[in-house]
Amino acid sequence: MTQVLAKADAGCATSNFLASALERLPGAGLVPHIRARAFEAYARAGLPHRRMEAWRYTDLRALIGEVLPLAPRPDAAALARAKASARRVAVDQAVKLVLVDGIFAPELSDLGELKNELHVQSLREVLENSATGAMAGLVLSTTDDAVIALNAAMASDGLVISIAEGNTIRRPIQIVQVATGSSVSAFTRSYLQLDKGAHATVVQSFISAEGASGYQANDVLIALAGDEASLSHLRIAADAADAVNISSGIIAVGTRAKLDLFSMTCSGSINRYQGFVTLGGEGSKLSANGVNLVKDKLHADTTIVVDHAVPHCTSRQKFRAVVDDCGRSVFQGRIVVRPVAQKTVASLSTRALLLSDQAAADNKPELEISADDVTCSHGATSGALDNNLVFYLRARGLSEMDAQMLLIKAFIGESIEEIFADNLRDFVTAQAEHWLQERL
Amino acid sequence: MTLLEIQDLNVGVDSREIIRGLDLMVNAGEVHAIMGPNGSGKSTLSHVIAGKPGYEVTGGHILFRGEDLLEMEPNERAAKGVFLAFQYPVEIPGVTTMNFLRTALNAQRKARGRGELSTPEFLKKVREVAGSLNITRDMLKRGVNVGFSGGEKKRNEVLQMALFEPSLCILDEIDSGLDIDALRIVASGINGLRSPERAMIVITHYQRLLHYIVPDYVHVMSKGRVVKSGSKELALELEACGYAQFETAA
Ligand SMILES: Nc1ncnc2c1ncn2[C@@H]1O[C@H](COP(=O)(O)OP(=O)(O)O)[C@@H](O)[C@H]1O
Ligand SMILES: [Mg+2]
Repeated sequence: MTQVLAKADAGCATSNFLASALERLPGAGLVPHIRARAFEAYARAGLPHRRMEAWRYTDLRALIGEVLPLAPRPDAAALARAKASARRVAVDQAVKLVLVDGIFAPELSDLGELKNELHVQSLREVLENSATGAMAGLVLSTTDDAVIALNAAMASDGLVISIAEGNTIRRPIQIVQVATGSSVSAFTRSYLQLDKGAHATVVQSFISAEGASGYQANDVLIALAGDEASLSHLRIAADAADAVNISSGIIAVGTRAKLDLFSMTCSGSINRYQGFVTLGGEGSKLSANGVNLVKDKLHADTTIVVDHAVPHCTSRQKFRAVVDDCGRSVFQGRIVVRPVAQKTVASLSTRALLLSDQAAADNKPELEISADDVTCSHGATSGALDNNLVFYLRARGLSEMDAQMLLIKAFIGESIEEIFADNLRDFVTAQAEHWLQERL
Repeated sequence: MTLLEIQDLNVGVDSREIIRGLDLMVNAGEVHAIMGPNGSGKSTLSHVIAGKPGYEVTGGHILFRGEDLLEMEPNERAAKGVFLAFQYPVEIPGVTTMNFLRTALNAQRKARGRGELSTPEFLKKVREVAGSLNITRDMLKRGVNVGFSGGEKKRNEVLQMALFEPSLCILDEIDSGLDIDALRIVASGINGLRSPERAMIVITHYQRLLHYIVPDYVHVMSKGRVVKSGSKELALELEACGYAQFETAA
């Protein structure tokens, strides 16, 4: 399949493309119908562009132009390359689930002793099992966002994980998504359900195998943190330098439940993480943080929409960006406080550190507050390193590079320190330090 | 032995002359006081010795142990033994004082060809000096100077001076913003570091500090030059008569 799914000019495509893709996509019963409806929704809107408020700084029509053909099913050689790369990003103690070019690879995955505590299925299994038709509708649900609709139409695989009431999964669950191909796209979709009082940590790592280039990854994660549940979700994008990664998280948080979200983007060409969090149960808490480490020509966009739908919920957000070369970092933080959501506490801090003259950062906080008894604050800054601080450190014996490094580490540390678990914080710190070392 | 030799130094900022033909010679073991009205160029001189970017040296030279200081990076100067206690120490959020002290100390030791201190050795050293300066453990855990009072910041400068064991200490208005008790603590910390191998340049606006740190020489600076040098009695004379007489002399 060499044809493209959508052209830059029109930003839409004919259903022929879907028809040819459908032959390869999993799904029995109503699934083809769900996919066709989702595809129509996408085709009506086309790729998002800058005249749409949510995509103002990340004009996909201009930046990527077209959606590339689906990646072929990985062969043994691709799996071997993926395995080698996945090893390099393994989180200590984590159980590992690997998706290669959009397809679940059980031979690279290992749940260890958690087999009995976790219910894990591939998306393919779920969509092909007609007995779970209702589940298919849930897993493939869409919003009015065109890339999410396109993902529902094209999702080839993913993971459907559920954790039963009261279960605490101590080891992190790491989903490693590896791209091995070039000039192809992979659509993945995962679904995560934590029942009442369940606790889990899910790390999503996006990486490329040696030699993969110019690919596009489109991922959607739908997560439900039930009442009193606690979910930590880390998303780390370390794609090939010329790759596109569009990931969406749609997460609902129940009564007195807690969500810790962390997103780090450290490579790629175009990267967008969009997280939509609904605080839908009273007393729920969100801590959303992240860093964009941007160099070369990377365009890294983190967009978080928090919906305070009920009273007494708290959301705290801290995002930091370090931008070098001709890179561009975008942070959009929208906080919606519904009229009923009294006693909401929401804070948002975004700061960007610009290391070169060509580096750019856009910070757009947006507060839509419809309740009166709330405490909301936001702050956004961007600027260069403070020369007085650099000089102070140099006068104390640090080289200029070491002085800068120390200050940059401290800067991103403000966000990384919010990660609760020591091993994950160390993991993210190590990845960030690796990025800093490479910069030299 | 001559540690610092400044000859006919001329320094400008944005094409404005600030230091205009300054001479100064400092030998090991000596304590020199530089006094002068605000704006006479005292901090500029200290910054140029420490290597702060943004100043243009348009003439003259600065030798440290006979080597051209102006050719060295600020960190090389620190490693060679030049230490500036800043008039306005900066705050560095996110870098704990402890981590900062350790990183800086090890960088200097490395440049001097010495190994890193072990953690227990380092902790012992820091706690000893910190204790004598009334610096609490809580302060050491906080970001460098973050939330420190003016006096605490100055004590933190003296703590660094004691740890890094420099051979030339330049103290830029170490007395500003200190009450009398804090001044005593700081001065006794500094006096404890006087030694035959070490020289100090004590920059101050007021004579008060020199009751506690008694200098060997006093220089009066005005409009970018040293306009008068003398013994410690010169400071008393200044206290009595003020700087006005030198404003015209310059
Ligand atoms: N970065 C700078 N840019 C412009 N002028 C400066 C700068 N630094 C100092 N000056 C000027 O140089 C003169 C000397 O300043 P300074 O060295 O701070 O004096 P002192 O420490 O004796 O009070 C002052 O007139 C001050 O305004
Ligand atoms: Mg001054």
